[in-house]
Amino acid sequence: MNELWIWEAVAVMALANLLTRAAPFLFFARRRPPKAIIFVEQNFPPIILTILIFYTLSSVDFGSAPYGLKELGGIAVTMLLHRLFDNYLISIFGGTVFYMVMVQLL
Amino acid sequence: MKYRRELSAAFKASIPVMMGYSVLGFAFGLLMTSQGYPWILPVAMSALIYAGALQFLALGFFQAKAGLGQIFVASIFVNIRQAFYGLSLLKKFKKAGHLKPYLIFALTDETYALMTTLPEDPQLKRRWYLFFLAALNQSYWVGGTLAGALFGGMVRFDTRGLDFSLTALFVVLAMEQYKRRRDLLPFFIGAGASLIALALVSKDRMLITAIGLALLGMFALRERLERKAAVDE
Repeated sequence: MNELWIWEAVAVMALANLLTRAAPFLFFARRRPPKAIIFVEQNFPPIILTILIFYTLSSVDFGSAPYGLKELGGIAVTMLLHRLFDNYLISIFGGTVFYMVMVQLL
Repeated sequence: MKYRRELSAAFKASIPVMMGYSVLGFAFGLLMTSQGYPWILPVAMSALIYAGALQFLALGFFQAKAGLGQIFVASIFVNIRQAFYGLSLLKKFKKAGHLKPYLIFALTDETYALMTTLPEDPQLKRRWYLFFLAALNQSYWVGGTLAGALFGGMVRFDTRGLDFSLTALFVVLAMEQYKRRRDLLPFFIGAGASLIALALVSKDRMLITAIGLALLGMFALRERLERKAAVDE
């Protein structure tokens, strides 16, 4: 294994990743972003959160047993706890424990 | 300590990320060392790259001995969604001064979600609160990676299902977004874009495809979204 090459690859990934994070700050540091960009900025957070939920579940097979019911159950428990207690630590902890029990015991 | 209150508020906000990051970081460290790489490699990657999906993908790059140019392009596309994150934070980071470069470097999915969703205490020095939040989150990621790289082989605790904490975190943050602006349309756009992406492309391209589709949907429904936002303000 060529060690140097691996470290070069790490440096390249670090740079590419940083570029994606820094792009808006580089382009709009001085001038005001155009209206379309502001529209994206204000409306994107709930949309990307929904997409990330689906993304974290993208390896779940909803087509065969148990039809993603464990994941849907975990989400339902999380949402219910959040409605009841409005404390996101309780919601996340409770939902995760529920899911772990489902995955490990069933 | 001068910024103790900022640190304690940031710590409280970061606890759910701690659960997710330490476990995923642990898994990453364990995976790399179990493939024969030295422990320092995954730890350095978590410190310098600090992007979950990309780091796991790197294992594939290493095995395929992909060219550096190809790695660069692939890395940009895997994480291009992050280029939209900063747009929501231009104002918030404006007065961050010398802390700003680190805040930008450390802008992961979860850190972004916390920063844009959680209400902030106006009594706190915002830039230090944000800095501690970002740095704590990265410390969990690096710490988990280090532990996984060094001790991964010895652990017996059954962690199956623990990664669901990241899903639960996104669910809770989405509910908080809904509370601020009682409009279901953005969630339908996100869900529709995700489902279409899942049906059309392979998993590794799902994120970027869903984001592209969601942007199309947003602009198609722009008038409706802006009307609702205006009513709320």
